[in-house]
Amino acid sequence: MNKWITIAIDAALLLVFALAPYYLSSYHLSLLGRFLAMAILSLGISITWGRTGILSLGQGVFWGLGAYILAMHLKLAALTPGDMPDFMMWSGLEQLPAWWNVFRNPFVALGGVIVLPTVTAGAIAWLVFNRRVSGVYFALLTQALALVFSTLLISEQAYTGGFNGLTDFNTILGNEIIEPSFQRAIYWITLAVLALAFVLCSWLLDTGFGKVLVAIRDGESRARFLGYSPAAYKTLAFALAGSLAGVSGALYILHAGVISPAMVGVVPSIEMVIAVAVGGRSSLMGVVLGTLLVNFGKDTISSAIPELWQFVVGALFILVVTALPKGLVSVSGLMLRLKSIVFKSSAHQALEGPNA
Amino acid sequence: MGQLAIIAGQLFNGISVGSILLLIALGLALSFGLMNVINMAHGEMLMVGGYLSYLACKIVHGPMSLLFAFLFAFIGAALLGGLLEITVIRWLYGRPLDTLLATWGVSLILQQGARSLFGPIGVEVVAPSWLAGAVSFDHGAFAGLSMPYIRIFIIVLTLVVLVLLVLFIARTRWGLYLRAVHQDREMAQALGVNTKLVDLLVFSVGAGVAGLAGAALAFIAPVTPTVGQKYIVYAFLVVIVGGLGSLFGTTIAAVSVGLVSSSVQMFTSVSLADVFLLILVIVFIQFRPRGIIYARSRNMKEV
Repeated sequence: MNKWITIAIDAALLLVFALAPYYLSSYHLSLLGRFLAMAILSLGISITWGRTGILSLGQGVFWGLGAYILAMHLKLAALTPGDMPDFMMWSGLEQLPAWWNVFRNPFVALGGVIVLPTVTAGAIAWLVFNRRVSGVYFALLTQALALVFSTLLISEQAYTGGFNGLTDFNTILGNEIIEPSFQRAIYWITLAVLALAFVLCSWLLDTGFGKVLVAIRDGESRARFLGYSPAAYKTLAFALAGSLAGVSGALYILHAGVISPAMVGVVPSIEMVIAVAVGGRSSLMGVVLGTLLVNFGKDTISSAIPELWQFVVGALFILVVTALPKGLVSVSGLMLRLKSIVFKSSAHQALEGPNA
Repeated sequence: MGQLAIIAGQLFNGISVGSILLLIALGLALSFGLMNVINMAHGEMLMVGGYLSYLACKIVHGPMSLLFAFLFAFIGAALLGGLLEITVIRWLYGRPLDTLLATWGVSLILQQGARSLFGPIGVEVVAPSWLAGAVSFDHGAFAGLSMPYIRIFIIVLTLVVLVLLVLFIARTRWGLYLRAVHQDREMAQALGVNTKLVDLLVFSVGAGVAGLAGAALAFIAPVTPTVGQKYIVYAFLVVIVGGLGSLFGTTIAAVSVGLVSSSVQMFTSVSLADVFLLILVIVFIQFRPRGIIYARSRNMKEV
């Protein structure tokens, strides 16, 4: 019975979001669309960090790969064959590089958005986890990856548009992007992809695969002794998170209309993690709502008092990690804990033992 | 400039960069090895050291200003590190990924604090006149090579800090405690070592050394609120390559990272050199996943 109630709540929430174009202004709709796209990425972080215990500080890289590939396609789609984007001409390039040109085909671009981040994420995860390098090192290496990725994008101006990134997208598959009806369509597509990803992820976590992920998080050696290969499971989980990130990035730029190195570097990557932590890292619905909450909060605060945002997000990090490690979805649990601290309930301790 | 002079110059640059990385990485390696804590705010200790040395040079003038700058930077950063340990890190013991996020929050707050206090543009610290020159070669094979005194000074400073740390760990009672806690925390605790105090001490000293690095950097480049971010990622790479076993491994790793990045920069751009460095580190851990030197253990502890 409980399961059906959850499904009913999820469906009601989906309906509320689906009707958003009819009650939100176009500005807020665009914001909501962006943040729903980010929520797709958060689902991936929830699987890797919440369930498998892999913390990546470089999700911005996979997100950025998806975003840049679609942006390259959008840039090319607006040009007649033989032309090249304006920033390339300013940088003195003679002709369009071949690896740009392949993304002129929309299906190649769509495939690239999914395949490239997946393969990159999988390869990195395999290289690190196969040698049983600890999760802390993985976090640090992915952070270095985010730094390297963004500095590379900035320095290779002739190929990537440099610091300004890629912008001015006009048409996709023959549609005008700015057209309100198309914006609405993109919003619904984003929501549909999010819903699909949500269902897929919750199904996956219910299967044996999802159970093994949790087993690896809670005791990697134990899982290994039972005959599972932690490296293989972690690689698969991380590759899945990579593909979700790539799709998320591609959808995001359709709403935002711009992609730049500042959006994929170290700081945005870690903000993706905090959004997940606030919602509750191991609850899929928690991370979706947490992402929306943190991003709307960021938008509101940083447009009112720009200096305040960094203080707020810094304090959020400390508070969530120390006081609310399971995120906002566990507020009721926190209340119980506070109560037990205040009333010094000994029964709780007796049940769980002194070390609990 | 001759070929030899260029190579020697790059070697000198590499060692100079490596020595700053070493000053930063020492504290990281010590606190990670001992407490399993990743301090993302370590770069901000560097920044605080830089600003403190700026303030010290404003208050104290003359040739001795340098000494005060380093003293201020060390003590200030160490106190801040101690405060951080007591207020945040202590509560997250045994959850390395969570300390990483919490200290990242601290780092954001410190950065924004510095931005509000000193402004987003960097402040300059002028080195005293006796450090202004450079060792230059006008003749012979090294003609054209020039080594600024200030960079030589930083290399010497790093060596002094390293020797002092080694003596501290190898020769003093608290160093003995440190080694005991590093080997087996529970057993050391059972034998009466105040492990909390050891943690606090190590964390503060590590932060203080980063503060020294910040003060040293302030004489080379302007101090900005984000100066720590630039170095911290490389310092983490140094920790990964060096392993957690000894200061020796960290030293080798820091100098290698400095040398590799400055020699690759001879052939390509700075950002491609970064890419190369990261690939090299990932290749390296295929062969030595726990770094150059690591403590062997039969413990099933999963870090």
